Amino acid sequence: MGVGINVEHLDAWFGKTQSLHDISMMIQANHATAIIGPSGCGKSTFVRCLNRMHETIPEARVSGRVRMGDLDVYNGTAAVQIRRRIGMVFQKPNPFPTMSIYDNVAAGLKLNGFHDRRRLDEIVERSLKVSALWDEVKDNLRKKSGASLSGGQQQRLCIARALAVEPQVLLMDEPCSALDPISTGKIEELIFQLKENFTIVIVTHNMQQASRVAEFTGFFLMGRLVEFDKTEKIFTTPSDKRTEDYITGRFG
Amino acid sequence: MRTRFQQGLDDLRTRLLRMGGLAEQAVDRACQAYFDRDLNRCHLVLEGESQINEAERDIDELAFDLLAMQQPMAVDLRFILAVTKINSDLERVGDQAVNIAERVMDLVELPKADLPVDIPRMAGAVSAMVRRALESFIEGKAELAQAVLEMDNVVDRMRDEAFMTLVKTMNAHPDVTRQAVDALLIARNLERVADHATNIAEDVIFWVRGADVRHNVQQENLGQETRRVTGL
Repeated sequence: MGVGINVEHLDAWFGKTQSLHDISMMIQANHATAIIGPSGCGKSTFVRCLNRMHETIPEARVSGRVRMGDLDVYNGTAAVQIRRRIGMVFQKPNPFPTMSIYDNVAAGLKLNGFHDRRRLDEIVERSLKVSALWDEVKDNLRKKSGASLSGGQQQRLCIARALAVEPQVLLMDEPCSALDPISTGKIEELIFQLKENFTIVIVTHNMQQASRVAEFTGFFLMGRLVEFDKTEKIFTTPSDKRTEDYITGRFG
Repeated sequence: MRTRFQQGLDDLRTRLLRMGGLAEQAVDRACQAYFDRDLNRCHLVLEGESQINEAERDIDELAFDLLAMQQPMAVDLRFILAVTKINSDLERVGDQAVNIAERVMDLVELPKADLPVDIPRMAGAVSAMVRRALESFIEGKAELAQAVLEMDNVVDRMRDEAFMTLVKTMNAHPDVTRQAVDALLIARNLERVADHATNIAEDVIFWVRGADVRHNVQQENLGQETRRVTGL
């Protein structure tokens, strides 16, 4: 099952540049939360801070507190352990090109020393089924490489890979921006189903997508969280003029 | 700034105002036709109906296009939804004007009767409601719309008074029953126009504040403060 994430007074810097300012947000378990805002507003930085992915960039640092369930993300927990519990899917599908479909999904588990063949088979099958890809690839699991799939299939493969290590939270950074409408529809349908078992945080530039898949939406502007509320409220009667101006296309 | 979308919204607003002008004119003409027993004005009202119907279709089509092509959000979405509903109410205002004109055409065939009912006063109140409802739309001001809602009870009372007075008249003077029935129906038509003006005012409040005040819900929460809708 998914867990909630409680963010308290989160600041983030890259060198001397502060990119997030005092972000506090309660992300509900087993719901989808969308993060929207213009380019450079800090939305990707924010989700990367949730699983400490920002640490891969030199000179990045944070202050504040992020709690995932009973786990303190920044205090006393190894980054690897955090990332096992908080999976991530990126804008551009990034399957391991030389690996088969099967090995792509199993990669995370094998990396963690998991080699029980029968259990691996089960997990790969289950992950591909949950990602709505199983029927399309089941006959070529070991024959075809991940790179041979279409863009939409590759993205679902990446989701399967993220799910195989059984995370509780799935972060998605513009997962559909490189996909056609049909593949986008499949991913959105998938997000809807995944909410039953995972907590989803999705960064998107597509406001229609945010309104379709997310129960909660946060609007970021210049590194600050301007408004966070139920999605229907944000897109029909936002409280802040800046939110309204952004979603109605009057700036950004 | 989405220039083409803004132009579409401006176009929608302009067309609705033109439609509002036609509906308002139809009611005024029908009432004047009643006061003056003027068949020419009745015909003008009947002829004007097709213009109103055509305007209704054009506005719906443009609103539909904007919804489908521009995916409006927040205040823009509320504006377009409000316009489609106001459009429908204005078309019905036009229908009520036609009903009044048809009653007048019937009345003109009958001997003139001196009925103890103040239709001019009621017509004045109803016209003011329509005018103010449209002004609240033009200005984007919820407090103007709120004033229209408060006027509706006054018109309802006028309708009730007209009903009681005219029933008494029919009992006392059966020879003017047909004229009294026509006057009664006109009072009812005017009251319906007032209801449509009320609906328009409610839609303006929804557009400006995002508040649903239909059927008296949330009216008590509407304070004096209002905010002007910008960007249109």
